[in-house]
Amino acid sequence: MKLADLTNRAGEWLRGNGPMSEIVISSRIRLARNVAGVPFLAKATRVQRQELENRVRDTLLAAPILPQTLYVDLENAPDIDRQLLVERHLISKQHAAGEGARGVAIGEDETISIMINEEDHLRIQVMRSGLQLDEAWEQINALDDMLEPKLDFAFHARFGYLTACPTNLGTGIRVSVMLHLPALKLTGEIEKVFRAAKDLRLAVRGLYGEGTEATGDFYQISNQTTLGKTEAEIISEFRHLVIPRIIDYERHARRSLLDDRTIALDDKIGRALGILRSARLMASEEVLFLLSHLRMGVHMGRVKDIDISTINELFLLTQPAHLQKILGRKLEGDVRRAARADFIRQKLKAN
Amino acid sequence: MKCDNCNKPATVHLTEIKNGKKFEKHLCEQCAAQNEGLPVKSHTPINELLTNFVMAHSGIQKEMALECEHCKMTWAEFRQSGLLGCEHDYDQFSKDLTSLLQRAHEGATHHTGKAPARAGAPAEPKRRKTIDVTRLKKELATAVEKEDYEHAAELRDAIRQAEAVPES
Repeated sequence: MKLADLTNRAGEWLRGNGPMSEIVISSRIRLARNVAGVPFLAKATRVQRQELENRVRDTLLAAPILPQTLYVDLENAPDIDRQLLVERHLISKQHAAGEGARGVAIGEDETISIMINEEDHLRIQVMRSGLQLDEAWEQINALDDMLEPKLDFAFHARFGYLTACPTNLGTGIRVSVMLHLPALKLTGEIEKVFRAAKDLRLAVRGLYGEGTEATGDFYQISNQTTLGKTEAEIISEFRHLVIPRIIDYERHARRSLLDDRTIALDDKIGRALGILRSARLMASEEVLFLLSHLRMGVHMGRVKDIDISTINELFLLTQPAHLQKILGRKLEGDVRRAARADFIRQKLKAN
Repeated sequence: MKCDNCNKPATVHLTEIKNGKKFEKHLCEQCAAQNEGLPVKSHTPINELLTNFVMAHSGIQKEMALECEHCKMTWAEFRQSGLLGCEHDYDQFSKDLTSLLQRAHEGATHHTGKAPARAGAPAEPKRRKTIDVTRLKKELATAVEKEDYEHAAELRDAIRQAEAVPES
């Protein structure tokens, strides 16, 4: 598999067919792991870092851990490829911008990605569409079990899995759920979500994780506590306490928009569709914002002639790196914005 | 300067203005307390103050200079970057890390989750104790019913042991 093969379609997590997918975009679990006997990256020499990348890469590529793995050497990859992987949530922004020997292994229809030499030696990630935390845990736990005997992860009887940053210590787990909450944003009740999250010691972030703003009404909610709770407890809190509550808020907000502010709602959706179908210059942030309203319109049955899969595809393919890869050339400024607007018009016409 | 009343050195200097006239008094601590009712607490000598300061400061310095013998990461370096240098740092800095861990993890200081197969069974979480005892008691009842006294004795010991550990 090559990187170019990814470009033209959406990954598993963006297909929009998982449970609760009208509100839950994706479920992601990642585990932070370090190889015993090798210093963490802050103190690893250039040689140690390179050797570690080779060792982990060879282990991952050796059958049968990850069939059909795509491995990207990020140190030597062009900027646009790194950006493409960020847009697909296969690597973090930090990993794209980092320095030194590092890479990523991608497998199983992009549900698995293993970052090597990010903040920890390994960051194992499983991402699935909709609310599929239990499935994601099963998948990542099995992968971790397979890797453990081959790589020997640093583990401490009292502290658990040892991580470079003590905030990940213990389970090394980060559970994140990406939510689409346009109605709560429109009714001004989004603060409720922030408060609920804060009460439960959860972090709320934007579309691309740490250090990103919420754009287009997408919010990523993740745990912060990793020590003193089991993985099952952390996941179960999300599954049974946090997410159902937020889904209820959003559904309630959608109903009240429909009952009390039908015209205002249809106006928002209609304007979004109108601009997407007619504009000639489009910035990617504006596209996210408009697609967000359109997505809500489709899910609420207010727009009938567009599939959700087209919208999900547009979310990804209109991002800067994807757009340039698809069109096969470097585009900047108004040229890029014009190309983006053309691309959207065509997709929405064909639909 | 000597005390107005006795010959001890004057350490309290009073300036009073009565009917537009200025009176100055120079007293020692004792006379000030007795005659003027001024409770003057004995001052901490400057050298003691300095010593305390230096001691406290050197404590911080000592802590900051604490260095991991494996990766040479210092505590100061860690505080600046937030990232540790190797797996041994957790033991080397364990005392200083505890409060930081408690703040980051809702007061927790012990792992209770998954453990690699080679590490054996994971440490039994303490707050599970009550559930465990209940389960053990049930098992004990079953064992007695089945007249499996050997197993019952084992269970009885296990319950005693579990109940002897004070709740943390």
